[in-house]
Amino acid sequence: MCIAIPGKVLSLEGNKAKVDFSGNTVTVNTGLVDPRPGQYVLVHAGCAIEVMEKEKAEELLDIFADLEELR
Amino acid sequence: MDTAAVIENLKNYDGPELKLMEVCGTHTASIFKSGIRSMISPAIKLISGPGCPVCVTPAAYIDKCAGYAMKKDHILLTFGDMMKVPGTDGSLSDLKGRGASAELMYSPFEAVERAAAHPETMFVVAAVGFETTAPAYALAIEDAKVRGIKNLKFVTALKTVIPALSLICENQPDIDGFICPGHVSVIIGIRPYERLAAKYKKPFVIAGFEAEHILAVIYDIVRQTKKGEARAKNLYGNAVREQGNIKALDIIKKHFEEGPAMWRGLGIIDRSGLYLKNEGYFDGGSRGLDADIKLPGECRCKDVIVGRINPDECPMFSKGCRPDAPWGPCMVSGEGACGIWYRNRKA
Ligand code: SF4
Repeated sequence: MCIAIPGKVLSLEGNKAKVDFSGNTVTVNTGLVDPRPGQYVLVHAGCAIEVMEKEKAEELLDIFADLEELR
Repeated sequence: MDTAAVIENLKNYDGPELKLMEVCGTHTASIFKSGIRSMISPAIKLISGPGCPVCVTPAAYIDKCAGYAMKKDHILLTFGDMMKVPGTDGSLSDLKGRGASAELMYSPFEAVERAAAHPETMFVVAAVGFETTAPAYALAIEDAKVRGIKNLKFVTALKTVIPALSLICENQPDIDGFICPGHVSVIIGIRPYERLAAKYKKPFVIAGFEAEHILAVIYDIVRQTKKGEARAKNLYGNAVREQGNIKALDIIKKHFEEGPAMWRGLGIIDRSGLYLKNEGYFDGGSRGLDADIKLPGECRCKDVIVGRINPDECPMFSKGCRPDAPWGPCMVSGEGACGIWYRNRKA
């Protein structure tokens, strides 16, 4: 259950961010990180736990989709 | 070196048999999905470790949560996998048929919102998790405090991975190296593994979740073992910083204290539990719940969790024990070793 999914930060407000996960926009707590709009964050349990490099995050999306299937 | 060369090298490995443990259930799933076992020499054995916080949750904890779910004006909230873990008197999902209010949540922040919207109901969060999840609970509690929300409680069963790895190293000296969990490491960084590597003289390497990541880590461990090295390394550098996430570590320290915790199948491990410091939102959680010995007779979860046997070596595997009728917690969770092996078994 420690899975974390990368998503793209669309906008920030206080300690919350709107994050895009392949078309779904979700509000995420950003109390643990300082992302800028356009950056990717790794999100777990509604909480961004780290800021990621863009290309790598995009590369990861596929594998996580695959892993979901397997559950 | 590219992935093809790594595979070539691992396929042709002809040294002494090596046993590598993947600690994280998501790694177990990825290893099956990508067929890594068939790409490497049979002399390199991959075994699944304690993998997932749901799998190591004691039955007494489920019973405690069930108690809240049965109470008038209480709603128990938890993550999906917890619903099916067997307690003494059935799982939370079984109990729903008998009037229990247990519902899924996607994040602890959702629990705060629901509590704010329904002040007449007490919302109880079954807060399981490893280091990855602990900071989210702490942030949610801070949010609830600021907003003066009173109808919210956390029953925690939070555990830390490093003390469990120490225990495995003490009891299973034949494991040659560890594929370390990516998302726990995002929080804790590499230092704790450096201490383990120095103490137990084995490689500990942090892996991402793609097949390429895991193959690279296996390759690195095999190479270290050949050269007689025992280092901690981070091969998931685009997410894991050497020092971890400092803000997350600080907030864990601020709200939690360490204590002994019961791991289903493993027993009590000193300093492996995180308990909320005395705040209004805490009910004691899994503290002191050490009466969990009641894994059903034939269940070998105990041996599965420490990698002593593979799930298909358990006499109940796919016979009495299946994901729709689990005996042990390892069959329940999407990241439990038995469940993953079951879904990927050859018919
Ligand atoms: S297959 Fe079922 S009974 Fe056997 S160890 Fe796994 S969870 Fe326990």
